[in-house]
Amino acid sequence: MSGGFTTILRRDLLLAMRRRGELANPLVFFLIVLTLVPLAVSPSPEQLAKIAPGIIWIMALLATLLSIDGLFQSDYRDGSLEQMIISPQPLWLIVLAKVLAHWLVTGLPLTLLSPLLGIMLSLPEAGYWPMVISLLVGTAALSLIGAIGAALTVALRRGGLLLSLVVTPLYMPVLVFGAGSVQRAVDGFSPDGPLLVVGALMALSLLLAPFACSGALKISMHG
Amino acid sequence: MTSTPLLQLSDISFERDDRLLFSAVNASVAAGDILQVSGDNGSGKTTLLKVIIGTLAPQSGDCLWRGTPVHQCALEYASELLYIGHQPGIKSTLTPEENLCWLQRLSLAEKSSHTIADALGKVGLVGYEDVPCHSLSAGQQRRVALARLYLSTVKLWILDEPFTAIDRQGVTQLEQCMQQHVSEGGAVILTTHQPLSIDGVKTLHLGAGHSKGEQ
Repeated sequence: MSGGFTTILRRDLLLAMRRRGELANPLVFFLIVLTLVPLAVSPSPEQLAKIAPGIIWIMALLATLLSIDGLFQSDYRDGSLEQMIISPQPLWLIVLAKVLAHWLVTGLPLTLLSPLLGIMLSLPEAGYWPMVISLLVGTAALSLIGAIGAALTVALRRGGLLLSLVVTPLYMPVLVFGAGSVQRAVDGFSPDGPLLVVGALMALSLLLAPFACSGALKISMHG
Repeated sequence: MTSTPLLQLSDISFERDDRLLFSAVNASVAAGDILQVSGDNGSGKTTLLKVIIGTLAPQSGDCLWRGTPVHQCALEYASELLYIGHQPGIKSTLTPEENLCWLQRLSLAEKSSHTIADALGKVGLVGYEDVPCHSLSAGQQRRVALARLYLSTVKLWILDEPFTAIDRQGVTQLEQCMQQHVSEGGAVILTTHQPLSIDGVKTLHLGAGHSKGEQ
Protein backbone atom coordinates (compact mmCIF):
# COMPACT_ATOMS: atom_id res chain seq x y z
CA MET A 1 0.00 0.00 0.00
CA SER A 2 2.87 2.38 0.78
CA GLY A 3 4.26 1.61 -2.69
CA GLY A 4 2.08 4.27 -4.26
CA PHE A 5 3.12 6.83 -1.66
CA THR A 6 6.88 6.46 -2.11
CA THR A 7 6.58 6.13 -5.89
CA ILE A 8 4.69 9.40 -6.25
CA LEU A 9 6.84 11.18 -3.66
CA ARG A 10 10.01 10.22 -5.51
CA ARG A 11 8.49 11.08 -8.85
CA ASP A 12 7.32 14.53 -7.77
CA LEU A 13 10.64 15.39 -6.14
CA LEU A 14 12.42 14.27 -9.30
CA LEU A 15 10.08 16.43 -11.39
CA ALA A 16 10.75 19.37 -9.09
CA MET A 17 14.51 18.89 -9.50
CA ARG A 18 14.09 18.93 -13.28
CA ARG A 19 12.33 22.30 -13.12
CA ARG A 20 14.59 24.12 -10.72
CA GLY A 21 13.61 27.52 -12.12
CA GLU A 22 9.95 27.00 -11.29
CA LEU A 23 10.98 25.58 -7.96
CA ALA A 24 12.71 28.81 -6.98
CA ASN A 25 9.71 30.99 -7.99
CA PRO A 26 7.88 31.15 -4.65
CA LEU A 27 11.14 31.60 -2.77
CA VAL A 28 12.29 34.43 -5.01
CA PHE A 29 8.88 36.08 -4.63
CA PHE A 30 9.15 35.75 -0.85
CA LEU A 31 12.63 37.21 -0.89
CA ILE A 32 11.87 40.10 -3.27
CA VAL A 33 8.82 41.34 -1.39
CA LEU A 34 10.62 41.24 1.93
CA THR A 35 13.53 43.17 0.47
CA LEU A 36 11.13 45.82 -0.76
CA VAL A 37 9.37 46.34 2.55
CA PRO A 38 12.22 48.26 4.29
CA LEU A 39 12.61 50.40 1.17
CA ALA A 40 8.93 51.22 0.83
CA VAL A 41 7.80 51.42 4.45
CA SER A 42 10.71 52.62 6.51
CA PRO A 43 14.20 51.39 7.26
CA SER A 44 13.85 52.21 10.95
CA PRO A 45 14.23 49.02 13.02
CA GLU A 46 11.49 49.96 15.51
CA GLN A 47 8.88 50.34 12.81
CA LEU A 48 9.97 47.22 10.92
CA ALA A 49 9.97 45.14 14.09
CA LYS A 50 6.33 46.04 14.61
CA ILE A 51 5.14 44.73 11.25
CA ALA A 52 7.70 41.93 10.73
CA PRO A 53 5.65 38.98 12.12
CA GLY A 54 2.61 39.89 10.04
CA ILE A 55 4.52 40.59 6.83
CA ILE A 56 6.56 37.38 6.97
CA TRP A 57 3.45 35.30 7.53
CA ILE A 58 1.42 37.00 4.79
CA MET A 59 4.24 36.43 2.31
CA ALA A 60 4.55 32.77 3.29
CA LEU A 61 0.82 32.41 2.70
CA LEU A 62 0.93 34.11 -0.69
CA ALA A 63 3.99 32.13 -1.79
CA THR A 64 2.15 28.89 -0.98
CA LEU A 65 -1.01 30.08 -2.69
CA LEU A 66 0.93 30.98 -5.84
CA SER A 67 2.59 27.60 -6.13
CA ILE A 68 -0.27 25.33 -5.07
CA ASP A 69 -2.15 26.14 -8.29
CA GLY A 70 0.11 23.81 -10.27
CA LEU A 71 -0.11 20.88 -7.85
CA PHE A 72 -2.40 18.75 -10.04
CA GLN A 73 -2.43 20.93 -13.17
CA SER A 74 0.29 19.29 -15.26
CA ASP A 75 -0.70 15.79 -14.16
CA TYR A 76 -4.23 16.55 -15.29
CA ARG A 77 -3.09 17.78 -18.69
CA ASP A 78 -0.77 14.91 -19.58
CA GLY A 79 -3.03 12.13 -18.31
CA SER A 80 -0.92 11.16 -15.29
CA LEU A 81 -3.77 12.06 -12.97
CA GLU A 82 -6.05 9.66 -14.81
CA GLN A 83 -3.48 6.90 -14.36
CA MET A 84 -3.30 7.68 -10.64
CA ILE A 85 -7.07 7.66 -10.24
CA ILE A 86 -7.57 4.32 -11.99
CA SER A 87 -4.56 2.72 -10.33
CA PRO A 88 -5.24 0.20 -7.56
CA GLN A 89 -3.31 2.38 -5.10
CA PRO A 90 -5.46 4.42 -2.69
CA LEU A 91 -5.85 7.91 -4.13
CA TRP A 92 -5.66 9.70 -0.76
CA LEU A 93 -2.16 8.29 -0.22
CA ILE A 94 -1.09 9.48 -3.65
CA VAL A 95 -2.51 12.93 -2.85
CA LEU A 96 -0.68 12.95 0.47
CA ALA A 97 2.58 12.12 -1.31
CA LYS A 98 2.03 14.97 -3.77
CA VAL A 99 1.29 17.44 -0.99
CA LEU A 100 4.34 16.30 0.98
CA ALA A 101 6.50 16.78 -2.11
CA HIS A 102 5.02 20.25 -2.57
CA TRP A 103 5.73 21.17 1.05
CA LEU A 104 9.29 19.84 0.83
CA VAL A 105 10.05 22.15 -2.09
CA THR A 106 8.14 25.26 -0.92
CA GLY A 107 7.14 25.33 2.76
CA LEU A 108 10.31 23.79 4.11
CA PRO A 109 12.82 26.02 2.23
CA LEU A 110 10.65 29.02 3.07
CA THR A 111 10.86 28.13 6.75
CA LEU A 112 14.61 27.63 6.54
CA LEU A 113 14.96 30.99 4.84
CA SER A 114 12.80 32.84 7.37
CA PRO A 115 15.48 33.61 10.02
CA LEU A 116 17.43 35.47 7.36
CA LEU A 117 14.35 37.53 6.55
CA GLY A 118 13.80 38.08 10.24
CA ILE A 119 17.18 39.80 10.31
CA MET A 120 16.30 41.90 7.28
CA LEU A 121 13.09 43.06 8.96
CA SER A 122 14.82 43.45 12.35
CA LEU A 123 12.53 40.98 14.04
CA PRO A 124 13.19 41.06 17.81
CA GLU A 125 15.14 38.09 19.06
CA ALA A 126 12.27 36.58 21.01
CA GLY A 127 10.32 36.08 17.77
CA TYR A 128 12.72 33.74 15.96
CA TRP A 129 11.83 30.38 17.46
CA PRO A 130 8.06 30.92 17.34
CA MET A 131 8.43 32.12 13.74
CA VAL A 132 10.37 29.05 12.60
CA ILE A 133 8.11 26.62 14.43
CA SER A 134 4.86 28.29 13.35
CA LEU A 135 6.04 28.46 9.73
CA LEU A 136 7.25 24.85 9.76
CA VAL A 137 3.89 23.54 10.94
CA GLY A 138 1.77 26.26 9.38
CA THR A 139 3.07 25.96 5.82
CA ALA A 140 2.27 22.25 5.93
CA ALA A 141 -1.30 23.16 6.84
CA LEU A 142 -1.35 25.74 4.03
CA SER A 143 -0.17 23.14 1.48
CA LEU A 144 -2.77 20.63 2.65
CA ILE A 145 -5.66 23.11 2.59
CA GLY A 146 -4.52 24.59 -0.72
CA ALA A 147 -4.48 21.12 -2.26
CA ILE A 148 -8.25 20.86 -1.75
CA GLY A 149 -8.74 24.04 -3.76
CA ALA A 150 -6.27 22.86 -6.41
CA ALA A 151 -8.14 19.56 -6.73
CA LEU A 152 -11.50 21.30 -7.06
CA THR A 153 -10.32 23.69 -9.77
CA VAL A 154 -7.98 21.40 -11.72
CA ALA A 155 -10.33 20.91 -14.66
CA LEU A 156 -11.14 24.60 -15.06
CA ARG A 157 -9.30 26.59 -17.66
CA ARG A 158 -8.70 29.60 -15.46
CA GLY A 159 -8.95 28.10 -12.04
CA GLY A 160 -6.36 30.37 -10.43
CA LEU A 161 -8.71 33.11 -9.27
CA LEU A 162 -11.35 30.66 -8.12
CA LEU A 163 -8.68 28.74 -6.25
CA SER A 164 -7.70 31.86 -4.30
CA LEU A 165 -11.35 32.58 -3.48
CA VAL A 166 -11.94 29.03 -2.26
CA VAL A 167 -8.77 28.71 -0.28
CA THR A 168 -8.18 32.16 1.25
CA PRO A 169 -11.02 31.96 3.82
CA LEU A 170 -9.68 28.59 4.94
CA TYR A 171 -6.21 30.08 5.29
CA MET A 172 -7.42 32.77 7.71
CA PRO A 173 -7.21 30.78 10.97
CA VAL A 174 -3.70 29.55 10.12
CA LEU A 175 -2.58 33.09 9.37
CA VAL A 176 -4.19 34.57 12.48
CA PHE A 177 -2.67 32.07 14.89
CA GLY A 178 0.63 31.73 13.05
CA ALA A 179 1.36 35.46 12.96
CA GLY A 180 -0.24 35.76 16.40
CA SER A 181 2.23 33.38 17.98
CA VAL A 182 5.20 35.38 16.69
CA GLN A 183 3.60 38.65 17.79
CA ARG A 184 2.94 37.34 21.28
CA ALA A 185 6.56 36.22 21.64
CA VAL A 186 7.76 39.64 20.44
CA ASP A 187 5.45 41.31 22.96
CA GLY A 188 6.99 39.24 25.74
CA PHE A 189 4.24 36.66 26.28
CA SER A 190 4.36 32.91 25.83
CA PRO A 191 3.63 31.92 22.20
CA ASP A 192 2.54 28.40 23.21
CA GLY A 193 -1.21 28.93 22.93
CA PRO A 194 -1.37 30.12 19.29
CA LEU A 195 1.36 27.64 18.34
CA LEU A 196 -0.74 24.78 19.66
CA VAL A 197 -3.71 26.03 17.66
CA VAL A 198 -1.56 26.09 14.49
CA GLY A 199 -0.55 22.51 15.31
CA ALA A 200 -4.17 21.52 15.77
CA LEU A 201 -5.13 23.13 12.45
CA MET A 202 -2.35 21.25 10.73
CA ALA A 203 -3.43 17.95 12.34
CA LEU A 204 -7.01 18.56 11.29
CA SER A 205 -6.08 19.35 7.70
CA LEU A 206 -3.74 16.33 7.60
CA LEU A 207 -6.68 14.20 8.59
CA LEU A 208 -9.27 15.68 6.23
CA ALA A 209 -7.46 17.14 3.23
CA PRO A 210 -6.28 13.89 1.55
CA PHE A 211 -9.83 12.51 1.53
CA ALA A 212 -11.36 15.80 0.45
CA CYS A 213 -8.78 16.04 -2.34
CA SER A 214 -9.32 12.55 -3.67
CA GLY A 215 -13.07 13.16 -3.70
CA ALA A 216 -12.60 16.50 -5.46
CA LEU A 217 -10.24 14.97 -8.05
CA LYS A 218 -12.75 12.27 -8.92
CA ILE A 219 -15.46 14.93 -9.34
CA SER A 220 -13.12 17.02 -11.50
CA MET A 221 -12.51 14.07 -13.81
CA HIS A 222 -16.26 13.67 -14.38
CA GLY A 223 -16.54 17.21 -15.76
CA MET B 1 -12.70 -21.19 -15.36
CA THR B 2 -16.37 -20.53 -15.76
CA SER B 3 -17.77 -19.18 -18.96
CA THR B 4 -18.44 -15.74 -17.45
CA PRO B 5 -16.89 -13.16 -19.78
CA LEU B 6 -14.22 -10.90 -18.32
CA LEU B 7 -16.06 -7.69 -18.95
CA GLN B 8 -19.69 -7.14 -19.78
CA LEU B 9 -21.33 -3.87 -20.71
CA SER B 10 -25.06 -3.93 -20.20
CA ASP B 11 -27.32 -1.20 -21.53
CA ILE B 12 -24.86 1.62 -21.05
CA SER B 13 -26.01 5.07 -22.06
CA PHE B 14 -24.25 8.35 -21.67
CA GLU B 15 -25.57 11.86 -21.95
CA ARG B 16 -23.55 15.04 -22.06
CA ASP B 17 -24.98 18.56 -22.11
CA ASP B 18 -28.48 17.17 -22.72
CA ARG B 19 -27.25 15.33 -25.79
CA LEU B 20 -27.45 11.57 -25.91
CA LEU B 21 -23.98 10.42 -26.87
CA PHE B 22 -24.81 6.74 -27.00
CA SER B 23 -27.47 4.54 -25.49
CA ALA B 24 -28.06 0.87 -24.83
CA VAL B 25 -24.50 -0.21 -25.55
CA ASN B 26 -24.17 -3.91 -24.97
CA ALA B 27 -20.99 -5.87 -25.39
CA SER B 28 -19.09 -8.62 -23.75
CA VAL B 29 -15.40 -9.29 -23.79
CA ALA B 30 -14.14 -12.74 -22.90
CA ALA B 31 -10.60 -13.95 -22.46
CA GLY B 32 -9.04 -14.10 -25.91
CA ASP B 33 -11.19 -11.34 -27.40
CA ILE B 34 -10.16 -8.15 -29.14
CA LEU B 35 -12.98 -5.61 -29.26
CA GLN B 36 -12.64 -2.72 -31.63
CA VAL B 37 -14.85 0.26 -30.84
CA SER B 38 -15.48 2.19 -34.03
CA GLY B 39 -17.52 5.22 -34.94
CA ASP B 40 -17.26 8.71 -36.36
CA ASN B 41 -15.46 11.54 -34.64
CA GLY B 42 -17.53 12.65 -31.71
CA SER B 43 -19.54 9.45 -31.50
CA GLY B 44 -18.26 8.84 -27.98
CA LYS B 45 -15.51 6.24 -28.38
CA THR B 46 -13.20 7.83 -25.85
CA THR B 47 -16.13 8.50 -23.54
CA LEU B 48 -17.11 4.85 -23.67
CA LEU B 49 -13.57 3.83 -22.74
CA LYS B 50 -13.63 6.27 -19.83
CA VAL B 51 -16.91 4.79 -18.69
CA ILE B 52 -15.29 1.36 -18.84
CA ILE B 53 -12.27 2.42 -16.77
CA GLY B 54 -14.62 4.14 -14.37
CA THR B 55 -13.56 7.78 -14.50
CA LEU B 56 -16.90 8.72 -16.05
CA ALA B 57 -20.19 7.45 -14.66
CA PRO B 58 -22.84 6.38 -17.20
CA GLN B 59 -26.40 7.70 -16.91
CA SER B 60 -27.66 4.15 -16.88
CA GLY B 61 -26.30 0.68 -17.31
CA ASP B 62 -23.57 -1.31 -15.67
CA CYS B 63 -20.07 -2.59 -16.32
CA LEU B 64 -19.62 -6.09 -14.96
CA TRP B 65 -16.16 -7.47 -14.26
CA ARG B 66 -16.31 -11.28 -14.15
CA GLY B 67 -20.03 -10.94 -13.45
CA THR B 68 -19.79 -8.42 -10.58
CA PRO B 69 -20.55 -4.69 -11.04
CA VAL B 70 -17.20 -2.91 -11.12
CA HIS B 71 -17.97 -0.55 -8.23
CA GLN B 72 -18.35 -3.62 -6.01
CA CYS B 73 -14.96 -5.03 -6.93
CA ALA B 74 -13.12 -1.78 -7.60
CA LEU B 75 -9.73 -2.85 -6.26
CA GLU B 76 -9.76 -6.20 -8.02
CA TYR B 77 -10.84 -4.55 -11.26
CA ALA B 78 -8.26 -1.77 -10.97
CA SER B 79 -5.45 -4.28 -10.49
CA GLU B 80 -6.35 -6.14 -13.69
CA LEU B 81 -6.67 -3.08 -15.91
CA LEU B 82 -4.22 -1.24 -18.09
CA TYR B 83 -5.38 1.93 -19.79
CA ILE B 84 -3.46 4.02 -22.29
CA GLY B 85 -5.41 7.10 -23.27
CA HIS B 86 -4.93 10.00 -25.67
CA GLN B 87 -2.85 11.61 -22.97
CA PRO B 88 -0.94 8.59 -21.78
CA GLY B 89 0.54 10.06 -18.61
CA ILE B 90 4.08 10.43 -19.87
CA LYS B 91 5.87 13.29 -18.09
CA SER B 92 7.88 15.25 -20.63
CA THR B 93 10.69 16.15 -18.23
CA LEU B 94 11.28 12.55 -17.19
CA THR B 95 13.19 10.01 -19.25
CA PRO B 96 11.38 7.00 -20.79
CA GLU B 97 12.89 4.79 -18.11
CA GLU B 98 11.72 7.00 -15.23
CA ASN B 99 8.26 7.28 -16.75
CA LEU B 100 7.82 3.55 -17.12
CA CYS B 101 9.22 3.05 -13.65
CA TRP B 102 6.63 5.14 -11.84
CA LEU B 103 3.76 3.93 -13.99
CA GLN B 104 4.73 0.34 -13.35
CA ARG B 105 5.08 0.84 -9.60
CA LEU B 106 1.53 2.16 -9.32
CA SER B 107 0.28 -1.21 -10.46
CA LEU B 108 -0.28 -4.01 -7.98
CA ALA B 109 0.05 -6.75 -10.59
CA GLU B 110 2.95 -9.15 -10.40
CA LYS B 111 6.14 -8.09 -12.13
CA SER B 112 6.53 -9.10 -15.73
CA SER B 113 9.52 -11.13 -16.78
CA HIS B 114 10.51 -8.22 -19.02
CA THR B 115 12.61 -5.42 -17.60
CA ILE B 116 12.05 -1.80 -18.54
CA ALA B 117 15.12 -1.95 -20.77
CA ASP B 118 13.66 -4.98 -22.59
CA ALA B 119 10.37 -3.19 -23.12
CA LEU B 120 12.05 -0.08 -24.48
CA GLY B 121 14.04 -2.34 -26.80
CA LYS B 122 10.83 -3.95 -28.06
CA VAL B 123 9.38 -0.60 -29.04
CA GLY B 124 12.60 0.48 -30.72
CA LEU B 125 13.82 3.02 -28.21
CA VAL B 126 17.23 1.55 -27.45
CA GLY B 127 19.63 4.39 -26.77
CA TYR B 128 16.85 6.78 -25.71
CA GLU B 129 16.60 5.53 -22.11
CA ASP B 130 18.17 8.66 -20.66
CA VAL B 131 16.74 11.29 -23.00
CA PRO B 132 13.98 13.47 -21.53
CA CYS B 133 10.69 12.66 -23.27
CA HIS B 134 10.16 16.22 -24.50
CA SER B 135 13.03 15.78 -26.94
CA LEU B 136 11.48 12.64 -28.45
CA SER B 137 9.16 12.78 -31.46
CA ALA B 138 5.40 12.33 -31.08
CA GLY B 139 5.65 8.75 -32.33
CA GLN B 140 8.49 7.96 -29.97
CA GLN B 141 6.56 9.39 -27.02
CA ARG B 142 3.65 7.19 -28.01
CA ARG B 143 6.02 4.24 -28.08
CA VAL B 144 7.13 4.99 -24.53
CA ALA B 145 3.52 4.66 -23.42
CA LEU B 146 3.05 1.50 -25.50
CA ALA B 147 6.13 -0.05 -23.89
CA ARG B 148 3.88 -0.50 -20.85
CA LEU B 149 2.12 -3.28 -22.76
CA TYR B 150 5.30 -5.37 -22.67
CA LEU B 151 5.66 -4.79 -18.93
CA SER B 152 2.10 -5.58 -18.02
CA THR B 153 0.80 -8.82 -16.61
CA VAL B 154 -2.80 -7.66 -16.30
CA LYS B 155 -5.76 -9.22 -18.10
CA LEU B 156 -7.55 -6.31 -19.72
CA TRP B 157 -5.93 -3.72 -21.95
CA ILE B 158 -7.88 -0.62 -22.88
CA LEU B 159 -6.20 1.39 -25.61
CA ASP B 160 -7.47 4.67 -26.99
CA GLU B 161 -6.14 5.21 -30.51
CA PRO B 162 -2.92 3.27 -29.88
CA PHE B 163 -1.77 3.61 -33.49
CA THR B 164 -1.70 7.41 -33.54
CA ALA B 165 1.67 8.65 -34.81
CA ILE B 166 3.03 5.10 -35.03
CA ASP B 167 4.76 4.03 -38.25
CA ARG B 168 3.71 1.00 -40.29
CA GLN B 169 6.28 -1.35 -38.86
CA GLY B 170 5.32 -0.25 -35.36
CA VAL B 171 1.67 -1.00 -36.09
CA THR B 172 2.53 -4.54 -37.18
CA GLN B 173 4.52 -5.05 -34.00
CA LEU B 174 1.72 -3.70 -31.86
CA GLU B 175 -0.77 -6.03 -33.54
CA GLN B 176 1.53 -8.97 -32.83
CA CYS B 177 1.80 -7.85 -29.24
CA MET B 178 -1.98 -7.75 -28.88
CA GLN B 179 -2.35 -11.16 -30.50
CA GLN B 180 0.23 -12.58 -28.11
CA HIS B 181 -1.70 -11.06 -25.18
CA VAL B 182 -5.07 -12.51 -26.19
CA SER B 183 -3.54 -15.90 -26.94
CA GLU B 184 -2.37 -15.93 -23.32
CA GLY B 185 -5.92 -15.40 -22.10
CA GLY B 186 -5.98 -11.61 -22.00
CA ALA B 187 -8.42 -9.27 -23.65
CA VAL B 188 -8.09 -5.97 -25.49
CA ILE B 189 -10.55 -3.16 -26.07
CA LEU B 190 -9.33 -0.49 -28.45
CA THR B 191 -10.51 2.37 -30.57
CA THR B 192 -8.95 3.02 -33.94
CA HIS B 193 -9.96 4.23 -37.36
CA GLN B 194 -7.45 1.92 -38.95
CA PRO B 195 -8.60 -1.53 -40.12
CA LEU B 196 -6.82 -4.17 -38.07
CA SER B 197 -5.08 -7.03 -39.82
CA ILE B 198 -5.97 -9.48 -37.06
CA ASP B 199 -8.55 -12.24 -37.50
CA GLY B 200 -11.57 -12.58 -35.26
CA VAL B 201 -11.76 -9.00 -34.07
CA LYS B 202 -15.16 -8.14 -32.62
CA THR B 203 -16.42 -4.68 -33.43
CA LEU B 204 -18.75 -2.36 -31.63
CA HIS B 205 -20.03 0.50 -33.71
CA LEU B 206 -21.15 3.69 -32.01
CA GLY B 207 -23.46 5.80 -34.13
CA ALA B 208 -25.68 8.82 -33.57
CA GLY B 209 -27.60 7.97 -30.43
CA HIS B 210 -27.59 4.23 -30.95
CA SER B 211 -25.15 1.42 -31.24
CA LYS B 212 -24.92 -1.99 -32.75
CA GLY B 213 -22.56 -4.84 -32.22
CA GLU B 214 -21.46 -7.30 -34.85
CA GLN B 215 -19.16 -10.24 -34.94
